[in-house]
Amino acid sequence: MNMNDPYAGERLKESPFHPREDALNIRNAWGAWNGYKFAEYYYDAEYEYFCVRNTCATYNICPMQKYHISGRDAEAMLNRMVTRDIVKQPLNRVAYVLWCTDEGRMIDDGTIFKLASDKFMLTCGSPCSAWLEKSVFGFDDVTVTDVSDEIAALSLQGPTSCAVLKKMGLDGIETAKAFDIMRFPFHGDTLMVSRTGFTGDLGYELWIAPELALDLWDELYAAGSDYGIQPYGEAATNMARLEAAFIMPGMEFNEALKTIHFEHDQTPFELSLGWLVDFSKPHFSGRNALLKEKKRGPIYTLTKLDIEGNKPAEGSYIYGNTRCTREIGYVTSAMWSPAVKANIALAMIRTECLQGDLWAEIYYEKELRQYHKVARCTVRKKPFWAPARARATPPPDF
Amino acid sequence: MKDYDAIIIGAGHNGLTNAAYLAKAGLRVVVVEKNDYIGGAAVSREMHQGWIYSSCSYVCSMMRQVLHRDLDLSRHGLLLVPYLGTVNFGDDGETLLAYHDEEAAHLELKRHSPHDADAMHRFQTDLARYAQLIRKTLLRTPPDPTTFRPRDIRELLFLAKQFWALGEHEIYEYVRFFTMSAAEYLDDYFENDMIKAAMASPGIIGTALGVYSPGSAYILLHHVMGDVDGSIGAWGLARGGMGAISNAIAGALRQHGGEIRTHAGVQKVLVEHRKAVGVVLENGDEIRARIVVSNLDAKRTFTKIMDRADLPPGIYEKAKNFKIRGSSGKVNIALSGLPKFTGVPDNRYINRGGQGFTGSLETMERAYDCWKHGRWSDDPFVESVIPSAWDPTVAPPGKHWMSNFVQYCPSKLADGPWTPEKRDQFGQAVIDKIERYSPGFKDLIVHMEVRTPHEIEAEIGLTEGNIFQGELTIDQLLFNRPFPGYAQYRMPVRNLYMCGSSTHPGGGVSAICGANAAREILMDLKRPNTVPEDDCLDE
Repeated sequence: MNMNDPYAGERLKESPFHPREDALNIRNAWGAWNGYKFAEYYYDAEYEYFCVRNTCATYNICPMQKYHISGRDAEAMLNRMVTRDIVKQPLNRVAYVLWCTDEGRMIDDGTIFKLASDKFMLTCGSPCSAWLEKSVFGFDDVTVTDVSDEIAALSLQGPTSCAVLKKMGLDGIETAKAFDIMRFPFHGDTLMVSRTGFTGDLGYELWIAPELALDLWDELYAAGSDYGIQPYGEAATNMARLEAAFIMPGMEFNEALKTIHFEHDQTPFELSLGWLVDFSKPHFSGRNALLKEKKRGPIYTLTKLDIEGNKPAEGSYIYGNTRCTREIGYVTSAMWSPAVKANIALAMIRTECLQGDLWAEIYYEKELRQYHKVARCTVRKKPFWAPARARATPPPDF
Repeated sequence: MKDYDAIIIGAGHNGLTNAAYLAKAGLRVVVVEKNDYIGGAAVSREMHQGWIYSSCSYVCSMMRQVLHRDLDLSRHGLLLVPYLGTVNFGDDGETLLAYHDEEAAHLELKRHSPHDADAMHRFQTDLARYAQLIRKTLLRTPPDPTTFRPRDIRELLFLAKQFWALGEHEIYEYVRFFTMSAAEYLDDYFENDMIKAAMASPGIIGTALGVYSPGSAYILLHHVMGDVDGSIGAWGLARGGMGAISNAIAGALRQHGGEIRTHAGVQKVLVEHRKAVGVVLENGDEIRARIVVSNLDAKRTFTKIMDRADLPPGIYEKAKNFKIRGSSGKVNIALSGLPKFTGVPDNRYINRGGQGFTGSLETMERAYDCWKHGRWSDDPFVESVIPSAWDPTVAPPGKHWMSNFVQYCPSKLADGPWTPEKRDQFGQAVIDKIERYSPGFKDLIVHMEVRTPHEIEAEIGLTEGNIFQGELTIDQLLFNRPFPGYAQYRMPVRNLYMCGSSTHPGGGVSAICGANAAREILMDLKRPNTVPEDDCLDE
């Protein structure tokens, strides 16, 4: 411990990209994520959001938790932990997964990278060493290593992202399909690139040794200077992910292991993630409870709403009638979507009420005076934002 | 021969909007366009290999969000992105930077004048108040104050209610504002000439008025009453250029079953028994329909494609005298790199927005004097934007496209008609001016397109190249636009309508005129209305 700085123990860690991010964080808008100093935004949240939709932008995912899981039983162990059947997952592919308690309540979501037949990388938003250790129980040959601080990672998202990586010399990157993993030599080491992200747009995530993080940043920004590259922070991420209808812990779901009140956590079915639960595979954590839940149907269903008017329905209750006497749900995230030009929201709504009328009671402020209105909500089946380029291979240059 | 319910003349963005809303209501519509491309003045075309120019309109703020949403234009490929930072250049090269951040913007103003930095808050508050009022009238048909129809009375009451809600003091101020010049209005707030010049510049854009001409204060308001995602007064770019707006509306139109015929200029509107019944195309083809909608300006509609004998007395004269003076030019430039401007820091945000070569009020007024005398100025007011600094789709990577809007440029020169040589001399005056603020600028030029009112009229049909389809002075606004008694989109010949910027609320890529006209047409045809209410009413 640094005794010259009496506050050293309370200061946030700085990621390997920090020197470059610090220089570009004109507004000193820092927050925190898993102990790291983390940008809320750098210049302007909306501007950064538009970089994601219009050019390209980078998001520091160093604070994301990363675990290497290796050994003969690694696959079986992960397959028992998560709800999706990862035995089907091909080598050098990424799968979006979630895992539950025995009661079928969601602990967290994340991604599994299949790096070799006996080596995987699991990434997730919150630390989960303890749960992983529990999950290893009963398997002989599995090693779990927390590599969160051993891998620096940067997400590059937006329509020009593929063009930038090509310009940087990553030959053949345009052949990567969504969720593919590719590797490129980089300064005597390996740069791993996955076509993944959290914006619903074309994008990649870059994985590199921390010592090479600044070299990666510099080469990326040199290549990207003619393609509108810009760092973006948590605020812009939250906008982009909501348009893509991706869930966020602490917004759409309360992590089961951090939930005090009975069933204030969620099941995958409630979160409309039933497609990630595979009952045809061998036993997995939460299987019996989830089977029951599937038969009964979830009490709540996370629903995509398009709400009339332009006042974001933040924190709104959803009612079944305009007089707001029949409460049937609540909004989890809401915003005005600049790209779609719609007043969008995700809301937890009692499943049995989904067929009827939905009304949001919206509170808003005008120069300190409070107003409220009741606005009609329309259920949307598809994500609000899902451009063709996000799935196209090869992707367009812009 | 196919039978149509409606023929819309001119595939500018308002014509397309009008057609889209009629098609959405189930009408069989066809849009006829003289050019082999669509978009009118909201157009983007590859004018030099790899460079997409938005040859006419170049930035967007007035496009009504509610129409964008209702026609699902995002799904048809439209993305509007706000742009940051503008630098204004004074006569002596001093700069005024419009920072995006409020605190930074305040400090920058303070550098020029502590008084004006404070006054800016009051100025913006007052302007926002006026803008909010006028915004509520946009997506509504102006009431006719002389009829006693219930609907007109209802709309008059709506206006009166909004007006009274301002409070007594502001009512006087508002009336004053409508008749003032931009410069006089700004004198109420500011002392620094450079700040005044920068703030006054929206008051002359597109109009044959000077900063000291009465009425220019309203033009200023007209330019700040739009918004980008609710941020009133903000301006944005359409990804892919302004043509992306027209193309997206055309996508919505086709989705609803509408047709577009290009290379189909209208020679004449067919009138039988005092009713419009169709059009005759320049190639002699005849198309008939229940109604005809003209998206051309009022002057062109009544003096060029209608037979004078088909019009009631007085209309031809009104159209002939419709105030639609050309005052602007446009210079579109392909650049091999991003220009650097003297005195502007290499700030990745401020250096990528717009440039206002405003000079001073005096310089702007002198440029106006030249216009009055049928000349262009050697020291013109130029408003520039470099969309390629923001939009990766309009120029090759590392190369740039610069749009330069020029005040003033007369449509008729004192020394005879426009010639290609004079046009190029005009373009030279513009780049000479920019070079003064950006040494080496000329070396970056790869290709250039110079457009005087003459070219604008010849290509897209705006009379005298007037960008608003008629000036935005109080005698031609609200229930007087285009002519008193004909402000509700219905024209003096039955079954003939207008849907272009010659109608309320006037110029700008707003899609409002087209949508308002559609609402009136559907009412006459006793069809359910498909045009939404504005979403700004609870602002």
